[in-house]
Amino acid sequence: MKAPFSWLKDYVDIDMTAQELAEKLFSCGFEVEELSYLGEKISRVVVGEVKSLTPHPDSDHMQICVVDCGEEYGRELQIVTGAPNVYVGMKTPCALDGSTVVESNPAVLEKNPDAVKKIKKGKLRGVESFGMLCSGEELGINDDFYPGAEVNGLLDLDKDTPVGEDIKKIVGLDDWIFDISITANRPDCQCIVGIAREVAAVIQKPFKEPDYSYMESKTNAKSIDVEVHAPDLCPRYVGHYVENVQGGVSPAWMRKRLALSGIRSISPIVDITNFVLLEMGQPMHAFDAEDLGDRKIVVRRAEKGEKIVTLDEKEFTLNSDNLVICDGKKPVALAGIMGGLNSGIKDTTKNVFFESAKFARDNVRKTSRALGQSSDSSSRFEKGVDAYTNGFGMARALHLIEELNCGTVTDMRRDICAANLTPRQMTASVAKINALLGIVVPNEEIINILTRLNFKPVLDGDTLMVEIPGYRDDIDGYPDLAEEIIRMYGYEHITPTFLDKAQVTGGGLTDEQKRELHLKNLLRTQGFSEAYNYSFYSPKDFDLMKLPQDAVERNAVKILNPISEELSLMRTFLAPSMLGNAVRNIRRGNDEGRQFEVANTYAPKNTAASEQPEENKHLVLGIWGGKNDFFDMKGAIERIAEVFHVAFTYERAEKSYLHPGVSANVLMDGKAVGCFGELDPEISNTLGLDKKVYLGELDLSALKAVMDDNVRYKNLPRFPAVKRDLALIADEALTCGQIEEVLLHSCKYVTEAKLFDVYRGGQVPEGKKSMAFTLTFTPDNQTEKAFTPETLDNFVKKILGNLKFKLGIELR
Amino acid sequence: MKEKIEALRTEIEAAMEQMQTGRALYELKVRFQTALKGIMSGMKDLAKEDRPAFGKIVNEFKQGMEEQFEARALVVRKMEMEEKYAKERIDITMPGKAYKAGALHPITLVKNELIDIFAGMGFKVFEGPEIETDYYNFTALNTPKDHPARDMQDTFYLAENLLLRTQTSAGQIRVMEKETPPIKILSPGRVFRSDDDATHSPMFHQMEGLVVDKGITLCDLQGMLAEFAKKMFTASTKVRLRPSYFPFTEPSVEVDLSCSECGGKGCRLCKGTGWIEVLGAGMVNRRVLENCNVDPDEYTGFAFGMGIERIAMLKYGINNIKTLFENDTRFLEQFEN
Repeated sequence: MKAPFSWLKDYVDIDMTAQELAEKLFSCGFEVEELSYLGEKISRVVVGEVKSLTPHPDSDHMQICVVDCGEEYGRELQIVTGAPNVYVGMKTPCALDGSTVVESNPAVLEKNPDAVKKIKKGKLRGVESFGMLCSGEELGINDDFYPGAEVNGLLDLDKDTPVGEDIKKIVGLDDWIFDISITANRPDCQCIVGIAREVAAVIQKPFKEPDYSYMESKTNAKSIDVEVHAPDLCPRYVGHYVENVQGGVSPAWMRKRLALSGIRSISPIVDITNFVLLEMGQPMHAFDAEDLGDRKIVVRRAEKGEKIVTLDEKEFTLNSDNLVICDGKKPVALAGIMGGLNSGIKDTTKNVFFESAKFARDNVRKTSRALGQSSDSSSRFEKGVDAYTNGFGMARALHLIEELNCGTVTDMRRDICAANLTPRQMTASVAKINALLGIVVPNEEIINILTRLNFKPVLDGDTLMVEIPGYRDDIDGYPDLAEEIIRMYGYEHITPTFLDKAQVTGGGLTDEQKRELHLKNLLRTQGFSEAYNYSFYSPKDFDLMKLPQDAVERNAVKILNPISEELSLMRTFLAPSMLGNAVRNIRRGNDEGRQFEVANTYAPKNTAASEQPEENKHLVLGIWGGKNDFFDMKGAIERIAEVFHVAFTYERAEKSYLHPGVSANVLMDGKAVGCFGELDPEISNTLGLDKKVYLGELDLSALKAVMDDNVRYKNLPRFPAVKRDLALIADEALTCGQIEEVLLHSCKYVTEAKLFDVYRGGQVPEGKKSMAFTLTFTPDNQTEKAFTPETLDNFVKKILGNLKFKLGIELR
Repeated sequence: MKEKIEALRTEIEAAMEQMQTGRALYELKVRFQTALKGIMSGMKDLAKEDRPAFGKIVNEFKQGMEEQFEARALVVRKMEMEEKYAKERIDITMPGKAYKAGALHPITLVKNELIDIFAGMGFKVFEGPEIETDYYNFTALNTPKDHPARDMQDTFYLAENLLLRTQTSAGQIRVMEKETPPIKILSPGRVFRSDDDATHSPMFHQMEGLVVDKGITLCDLQGMLAEFAKKMFTASTKVRLRPSYFPFTEPSVEVDLSCSECGGKGCRLCKGTGWIEVLGAGMVNRRVLENCNVDPDEYTGFAFGMGIERIAMLKYGINNIKTLFENDTRFLEQFEN
């Protein structure tokens, strides 16, 4: 909301600077986001009077002027000008030596739209010039700021303008614009009067109401009747008939006010509607009364397929969600959004039917969004207009009709009101208000503050009775009053206490949350850094990952209104994001890396789309570059199994995005809970990667029931563990896993079987391989004495027997 | 005999001077002991009465030599060690070796720190769903469909009634529905808003705090946030409340902390104001309590919500929110701790 300082001063005697006022507003809940000085670019420009003119000896269009800029700046300044409209006796802005004006050179403005031009004394074709005479453009103003400002040439000021005066004061640039952030609960402050009421309350000065007075004349015109068929969407409709409307130009004061708000003057009637919107926050509409068929206004829901062409010549096809204003036959306005082309006021308009109504904010918003049509009115209605202001808005408009003398206000007034206009009464306990705040605000302060805010408070013992102002639809209960009081009393009165009355509670993380943190730290200690990716990705990621059309991962929750296609699907697995991280890092020259992410995936339920999808926490791991291989990834997953006491088994995986020979599924109790492996080389090629990428993903939700990081101490064995190395000759087709299985289960004392070498060729026959394992034999608590070499020989004999019997393996 | 002893003394003493290693010295000692044994074996040829005197001489000689051997051994050992030290001397300016661990993401670090601070004050951690119904995200939080406050947030919708939560406040309702006061919860997590520009990310993280009990006041909120500010930033960090609006709190406040960069004097970070907007808070709106079947006449409460990224950016001096989601290892590894 933009409020000019000068306009606020119409309603409150403000005896402080703009900066001081901004601080006051800030303290009571109105943050001034920007406070800008209108004349910021203009300095040392004063009113000068051209005393004499001599032609420039070396130019056919320049003239040498002697300018009187007053006692302070010089009675006889010599200034050269090329402006054709200069004349002796002209009063015009004079930029002195060292002054600044608005840049008007289009070439400079293209590079910097906020450019400022510096004026220095100098010679123009050999003749000294001590400044520059200015046009309106060089002051950055148009005709609405000062009549004639748009003339091509010097700005011709009024004859009675005092010389030497700062030009900003003359043309209305000596003003501040407050750009105020208005919270959603205060739509009443989306206008000058609303802000002024707050200003009055916070600086403790009286608020001066705008003039709402007007005289009605009896009309002979045929009655225009108003019917509201949808009172839920239009709780109040005020209409008024104005005759003998005049065209012409609005007075300078009004044009300037509109200009300060960035609105061009059009005609008195249009200017009045815009002015009332800015000043009162009431959107107005003016119909050409002669265009209203059957002399009727009907407010109703549109019929399906009904059409309207709005003032900006766009056609819309409507349905029953849209509220329309109709005459006896057809829609003449899209309620609260824009008038129809068929009934707008024209140069020839003689009689006007004014509308000041309340339209339901949600309906205006819905229609505006659905049709893609909006206006200053619709954005105002979307924030909420109160029924109380409808009447005052109309009264103010009619007053202005009179003041501008641009029409005759008649006695034809219509007011269809379903809203209750009686001010709401409320009682509250002062003790409760103080209890919520935690301090005791003195009673006289409470009364003073609420009086300033127009709540007409009466205090009877602990009972506070107030009358809620008609424009304060947001006040709902005693906490609202508490807020009104404290924002005026000052938050600096709130002193810190530490839950003096509350009970002690136990806090902290749940076991599951603790385990997640433990998992993250476990990965961290293995060199993985934590990544955070967006929860959404692109359908293209599915194709990149070569997922078949029927892959479960493709069944993703879709965002109806995504920012872009790239961010339109909720993740069903995390691998694409991690691949993205690897690719980004490799492209940035981060040749080697390890990352993980823990985040939710989202699985749509097969039932209704409106059901909340399942959120499953996943862990994704990524390793790229360096000397890393498949087993670095496997090692990380094995560590998880160890620390969280989960038994994983591994089988060859078939995942579209993993190398079929270098990937594995992770199983728990025979059920797949994840997979890992090398990125499919074809995908790697597509991405142009020169480093290998390994991806791994685990469904933590599937593991959470069994993950257990509790530590249980086991007594140490009395005797040390002993190691034996075995080199075995096995068929090429046998896997390490198969052999390990036999090694671990042939003797109960084997606690570890670790492969340390694989060898082919030499004395190893064709089709066979030599695999060397280190076996660890650990005595248990029942073991009576340390293992002797003979005992170990017996163990090994048994193991070798099993290996031969089960897998045909020989000792090398 | 005496001559023999003196000759041996001269020989061994001279040899001993030359010995440079413990091994050589040991061998010399063995040689000396063998020679001495030879001398002592000649004792049997002496007259009986001369033997004690001779024995005494030999013993003194033996003792004296052994002392010399010991002294020389000390010298040799020192020499040997010095040689070893010299040989093993390294260039200590060469780079150290370390096993490099990874780093937790700054969002996790800040989240953990916040949890630490508030868990100590009795807050439990609750994580609600990221895909929420319209009811939990808006309606129950006193933001019905036609409410203009919905415009404050650009919501991603998945279905008419289903959305990506725009605020962790949604978790408040889920907790209050299940539990009875006293309630103290902290709800961290991902939130989503359809906003993607230089200073906004469509996904970010919030941490919501909620206290509901008898006699909770605005002063309690101020006190708790003051404690948070001191622990999260510095002991001298000050808290300022100013009026604001959220549909689910009344009164609502915007909470500023004195600028961590300049201590409140005014700098570029705080745009010269000395204050930094850090979080929104307020007293829980009566309607929100009613929606969760908590009697608003018996209980009051406060809630606060802060952006984790915002705190992380302030704390670590990160100037672009997008950096947090690029996952560049050079960025992430800076947070190893």
